[in-house]
Amino acid sequence: MKLQTGTRLGLYAVLELARAPERTLSAAELAERFGVSTHHLAKVLRTLGTAGLVEAERGAAGGYRFIGNRRRTTLMDIVALFEPAPGSRPKEPGEDTDIGGALQRVLLEIDEIAEATLRSISLETMLKPRR
Amino acid sequence: MVSIRSAQASDLAAVSALDLRLTGSNKPDYWQAMLGPDRHFLVAETEKGSLAGFIAGEVRAFEFGQPAAGWVFAIQIEPRLRLKGVGTTLFEALVARFKAEGVTRVRTLVDRKDHLILSFFRAQGMVAGPSLQLDMDLS
Repeated sequence: MKLQTGTRLGLYAVLELARAPERTLSAAELAERFGVSTHHLAKVLRTLGTAGLVEAERGAAGGYRFIGNRRRTTLMDIVALFEPAPGSRPKEPGEDTDIGGALQRVLLEIDEIAEATLRSISLETMLKPRR
Repeated sequence: MVSIRSAQASDLAAVSALDLRLTGSNKPDYWQAMLGPDRHFLVAETEKGSLAGFIAGEVRAFEFGQPAAGWVFAIQIEPRLRLKGVGTTLFEALVARFKAEGVTRVRTLVDRKDHLILSFFRAQGMVAGPSLQLDMDLS
């Protein structure tokens, strides 16, 4: 499964900030940690801020900190902020044919399994040390 | 705190009632069968002796061509007592029983739209297993 760059950065940022919710990290610090562009990450952080998952703090020690609920926020909540909702995309040519329809059913099955997986994993579960 | 013990015939009424309340399906015979000798059927009891939840499972060998594994058939927790670790305590107790039988894997099947129970098993460390469940409408 391939996620768009913004989605991946959103997951990186939320998980890194949720790892220590009392800690504040700047967009530049987060970008350096994951080897990505600060500009792109700043845009992603604004989206996460609008969703109420992170908060920007001003001042010398400014930056972002996690303000969501680790147990209640799932990977799907983050993915849904950056990826188009299943079923919301425009029709592709050929979808109305019998072969196109059959292919759509297979792709929908895959989407449903992917969504169930992402929806079942909370940030808390992701950040738990692996057994 | 809850205590975990093996289910007895005298627990069946409370187990059936809790399951009926949560699933809308009344199946006393199914719970009766869970008391069978090969099954692990555990209840969590509050300090006052009321039912906090239950879990049922069994070790099955060569099921669907797979080596022996412990299967979790059902778990239900009284809604008032959720998020207090009752489910985890029951799961860990069942896993300990499975390990005592010599198996090294635990499996279950979950409705992919039931995010609550999926999240619970994920939080226990379970991940997608090696099999895919297939299904067909025969009506």
